[in-house]
Amino acid sequence: MADKDYAYYPGCSLEGTGSAYDASIRLVMQALGVEVKEPHDWSCCGSTPAHAVDHLLAGALAARNLVLVQKMGLKGVSAPCPSCFSALKTAHYRMAKSKAFKDEVNELLDVPYEGTVDVRSTLQFIYENIGVEEVARPVKLALPNMKVAPYYGCILNRPPEIAQFDDPENPVSMDNLISAVGVEVVDYAFKMECCGAAFGVPRKDMVNKLTHKVLSMAIEAGANCIAVACPLCQQNLDLRQAQVNAAMGSSFNIPVLYFSQIMGLTYGFTPKELGIDKGVVDPGNLIETGPIVPKEVEKPKKTKAAAKEAS
Amino acid sequence: MRVINLSTTSDASFIEQVKKESGQDPAECYQCGNCTAGCPYTEFFDYPVSMIMRLIQAGQKDTVLNSKAIWLCATCETCTTRCPCEVDVAHVMDTLRNIAYREGRYTEKDIKTFYEAFLTSLKNNGRIYELGILMGYKAKTLHLLADADLGPNVLVKRLIHFQPNKIEGRDEVQRIFKRFAEKRDNEKRDNQKRDHHG
Repeated sequence: MADKDYAYYPGCSLEGTGSAYDASIRLVMQALGVEVKEPHDWSCCGSTPAHAVDHLLAGALAARNLVLVQKMGLKGVSAPCPSCFSALKTAHYRMAKSKAFKDEVNELLDVPYEGTVDVRSTLQFIYENIGVEEVARPVKLALPNMKVAPYYGCILNRPPEIAQFDDPENPVSMDNLISAVGVEVVDYAFKMECCGAAFGVPRKDMVNKLTHKVLSMAIEAGANCIAVACPLCQQNLDLRQAQVNAAMGSSFNIPVLYFSQIMGLTYGFTPKELGIDKGVVDPGNLIETGPIVPKEVEKPKKTKAAAKEAS
Repeated sequence: MRVINLSTTSDASFIEQVKKESGQDPAECYQCGNCTAGCPYTEFFDYPVSMIMRLIQAGQKDTVLNSKAIWLCATCETCTTRCPCEVDVAHVMDTLRNIAYREGRYTEKDIKTFYEAFLTSLKNNGRIYELGILMGYKAKTLHLLADADLGPNVLVKRLIHFQPNKIEGRDEVQRIFKRFAEKRDNEKRDNQKRDHHG
């Protein structure tokens, strides 16, 4: 299965505040029979600070890691963190688009990047390279109490020309993965409104306001839990939820789980193994599992583009 | 309302510079305002993003590079996704930050300091070290209590390390920074020479 033979680039956050994301992805991959191959001695992708300061520096810091994947002889790499994904994919895209930029970046590297690596988010890898049918197979348990609002954040599928994944306005991949493991999802309008990103330290006022809107919209839609695919979104929505409440006069108490943790619970892994205890807002009885009750299978949602094509 | 005299303050070389560095043509913007309507940060900006585009068209270098907006943009890509003229607006904003940074103009100093603390950690270790970044930021800004309220949860749940994770190839990463700095220094020197002779 060559399509599943991708490297896995965890990124720095997944060694620290996002360690539960890493643990849960590894367990999910194990249940799905996909080997996790981490590039040896990977370095930081550069993230927002690098591209904000200089595009050339950003390109080189990201491309060093693409070179490592190139050395492994693999077709591509998946990154769970959207910021890593975006940094790696943007470097690849801009180097493919401009020979001058490619040459400039390669001048900064010890080993040049040849431009052969397919970059995907790990969400995309699970959704497209593994697929919803296979994702449903290891399910052993149900989560009858959970009503999930999937929150995608800004850059998993944007800008569309670079990301090349899902719908840039109304994404459905996470919705479909969570539905595939039998958990209820709710639809809402703020699936990809920015939570405040990396401004939590220097401009907390912005994060408080923006995250407050996202949490309100999810709760109004009837969700009792939010699913994320980003360690920074998780941090803003969960770790900073008390700061948001204090600043905005709200009293939110909604748990924020990684989509991979929700999948892992249905596969029979324990909350402890999946790092759910690392979350600040206690999910309480939402993570209580029960036997699977057969129900009518919902058709996977389609993106606007796919629906158009089909008609 | 601020009145700008276009005949005395328009800098055509700035328009060219933005065009060249971003690979985007600001002239393609016809001011529909879609970017501003979707931008989650409009309420925090001094100039909404569509106005930044208009100011570029008018060659208003100082107003653009000294704006807070270019530092408060989070590159969420909403503007780029929705631009009917397919201008990569977020990339233009990022390019403006790059130029402002190179020229030593930072209207949002804390954000710039945070980015630098991040890059210093990256340069020293090859990977970033969250506690190190926060400490570096606090030392520079003297916001010593920033996020201290998160401490108990962060500690109890062991969300951070107390030692940086240094990679074997950090020399290689440092060489990237070194070659990059040399390249930019040379360009700066060449530009100064050209300006001097021109």
